[in-house]
Amino acid sequence: MIHHLKRSIIILGKEQASYPVFLHIRNATTTVDKLYEDHIPTNFIQKSFLSVGSALTSITDPRRHDAIAVLGETTGYYALKNIYNQMLKDSEGGKIIADKPRINSKTVDINKLAAMPHDSLGHSYWQFLSVNEVTPDSRLPVRFVDNQELAYVMQRYREVHDLFHTILGMPTNMLGEVAVKWIEATQTGLPMCISGALFGPLRFRPKQRATYINKLLPWTLRTCRNAKPLMTIYFERRWDQNIQDLRNELNIETPPKI
Amino acid sequence: MKGCLKQNLLNMLKINLNLGSFLNSQIVRRVSNTSSLFHTPKIMGNWSAVPSYKGNNLFIKSLQNQSENYCSSTQKTLDSEQTHFGYETVSKEEKTERVHSVFENVAEKYDLMNDVMSGGIHRLWKDYFVDRLHPTVNIKLLDVAGGTGDITFRVLQYIRNELGETSNYPVDESSKLLNYEKDIYSDDKVKEEDRKKCKVTVCDLSESMLSVGRERALTLGYNEDIDWVCGNAQELPFPDDTFDAYTIAYGMRNVADIPKALSEAYRVLKPGGRFMCLEFSLVENSLIRSVYDLYSFQLIPVMGQIIAADWDSYQYLVESIRKFPDQETYKLMIEEAGFRNVLYENLTFGVTAIHSGFKI
Repeated sequence: MIHHLKRSIIILGKEQASYPVFLHIRNATTTVDKLYEDHIPTNFIQKSFLSVGSALTSITDPRRHDAIAVLGETTGYYALKNIYNQMLKDSEGGKIIADKPRINSKTVDINKLAAMPHDSLGHSYWQFLSVNEVTPDSRLPVRFVDNQELAYVMQRYREVHDLFHTILGMPTNMLGEVAVKWIEATQTGLPMCISGALFGPLRFRPKQRATYINKLLPWTLRTCRNAKPLMTIYFERRWDQNIQDLRNELNIETPPKI
Repeated sequence: MKGCLKQNLLNMLKINLNLGSFLNSQIVRRVSNTSSLFHTPKIMGNWSAVPSYKGNNLFIKSLQNQSENYCSSTQKTLDSEQTHFGYETVSKEEKTERVHSVFENVAEKYDLMNDVMSGGIHRLWKDYFVDRLHPTVNIKLLDVAGGTGDITFRVLQYIRNELGETSNYPVDESSKLLNYEKDIYSDDKVKEEDRKKCKVTVCDLSESMLSVGRERALTLGYNEDIDWVCGNAQELPFPDDTFDAYTIAYGMRNVADIPKALSEAYRVLKPGGRFMCLEFSLVENSLIRSVYDLYSFQLIPVMGQIIAADWDSYQYLVESIRKFPDQETYKLMIEEAGFRNVLYENLTFGVTAIHSGFKI
C-alpha cells in the first residue's frame, strides 16, 4: 500500500503523474489518460520535441504566444510542483488550491472594478487592462501538463500575470516584461521565466539597456530578494485593498517610472 | 520454516496490495461524499474516468499492430447518417463543418506543413500523379479539394512542357520579337490556340485555401485561365458531362459521404472521362506500418503544434488516414459509382495510393 501511495499522488482518487516520467526508459513513450478538458496527454519524447521546437519558435518569432505557453508547460514540471507545495503550506495559498478560482471575463466583473476607489487593487487592475488594451480572456488554456492540480497552478500563473504587472507597477513593454520575468523566475523557478529574464535583455536597444542597468535592475533584484511570494495571494478577495498597503505587506518598494 | 516465512511474506504483500486498492477505492468514495473539505468546483472541465497509470504506451501498441487503428470498411459499423471524424463518430453535416474549420485554420501554413511532415516527398507523389494523368494539351480538368493548387500548377506546367515552353511566364502578346517568331513558326500559332482551350477548374470547400492558391498562382506566374470555385465535393456546382478529367488529391478522406462524392464525379465527367484520386492508404507491410504509425501519432501533431499552433488539426489528419478505406475497398466503391477499368497503384509501400477509373 505504501509502495502504491509513493508511486502516485492520489488526488481525489485519481492517479496522476507524480514522479518524473522519464526515469524509466519504457515510460518515455507512455502517456497518462486524458485528465481534464483541453488536456493532450504526451509522452517524454513528444514533450522534449515540443520544448525544443517551441523554444526555437519563441526566440525567432516572439509574437507566437502559443509557443511560449507550450514551452512553459512542457518544461515546468518541477517548478510547478514547488509552487504547488508552497501554496499548500501557506494558508491563503491553500485556499486558492481548494477553491481553484479562475480569472476571466465571466468570473471578474470589469465594470465593478472600474467603480472601485482610485488607489485600490481592483481599480488599478482595471486601469492596467484598459490602458494596455488587453482582456483577461487572452490567456490560452493549459494543454500539456499531465496532472490536474499542476495544470491549475499553471493556469493560475498565466491568469495572474497581469495582476503581477499591476502590483509591481510595470508596463507591458520590453523593460517591464523583463522585470516581471525576473521576479517570477526567482519566485516560481519556471525555466521559461528564467530564460526570459536572462535572454530578454539581449534584445534591448542602448537607451533601454541604460534604463535597465541604472534604474530597473537594482529595484528588480531588491524586490526578488525581499518580496513575499506572489502566487499565494488570493487576489479576488483583495480587490478593494489599497494597492500601497498591499505593496507594503509584500515588501515591494515603490516601482521606478519607466 | 523458510518456506513458511516466504509464504507468509507473500501473503502479507498480497493483502497489502489488495488493501491498498481497497483503501484507494474507499478514499474515492469518502472524499466524493465530503464536499466541504476539498471543495473543487468543476472549473477545469469534466472529470474523466479514473485513469490507469499503466498508461498508453503507443510504442508497444504500434508493435502489436492493433487492428483498432485501422478498419477495412468505414461504412459497415455506422448508421447511414453517420461517419468518422478521425476517431470520433459524427453526423455527416457535422463532419463537413468541422473539416471546413480545420482547413480555414491550417490554410496559411498548409504547404509548409506538408513539406515538413513528408520531408518533401509529397512533391514527388504529386509529380508522379500528374505524370500518370498524362494531361493532354486541350484538357478540361476539374481539380476537387485542390485548394492551394498543387495539382493544378503541375498540370499546367506539364502542358507547357508539352508545348515546348520553357519559361514560367507566358508569352507577352505585345512583344514584337515574339510576334515575329510566331509568324515564322506557324506551328506555334496552332499550339497557342490549343493552349487556350486548356481549362482547369479548382473546386474547394474552404475559401482560405482558395485564396492561398490564387496568391501562389500569381507568385509562380501561372496566369492562365484557372477558375477558382468554392464548393462541396458532394454537390458540385457544375452541369453534367462537363470535364475530361476529375482529380482529387488528398481530399477524399475529408469527404463525409464518399459514395456521394464518387457519383458526383461520375456525373460531371464526360463519357470517356477519367477519374483519378491520390490518397493516403493502407501500408501492407506490418513492420513499415508500425514505424509509420509511430511517426504519425508521435511526431506529426507535435510538428503541427510547433509550426502551425494547431495540434488538433494534425491529430485529425493522422486519424482520418487510419479511418479511410483500404485500396481494395475503395476500388470497389469506385466501381459501384459506375466507373470501369478501375486500377490502383501504391506509392511508398502503400503510404499513398493512386486510384484511376474511366466513365465508359
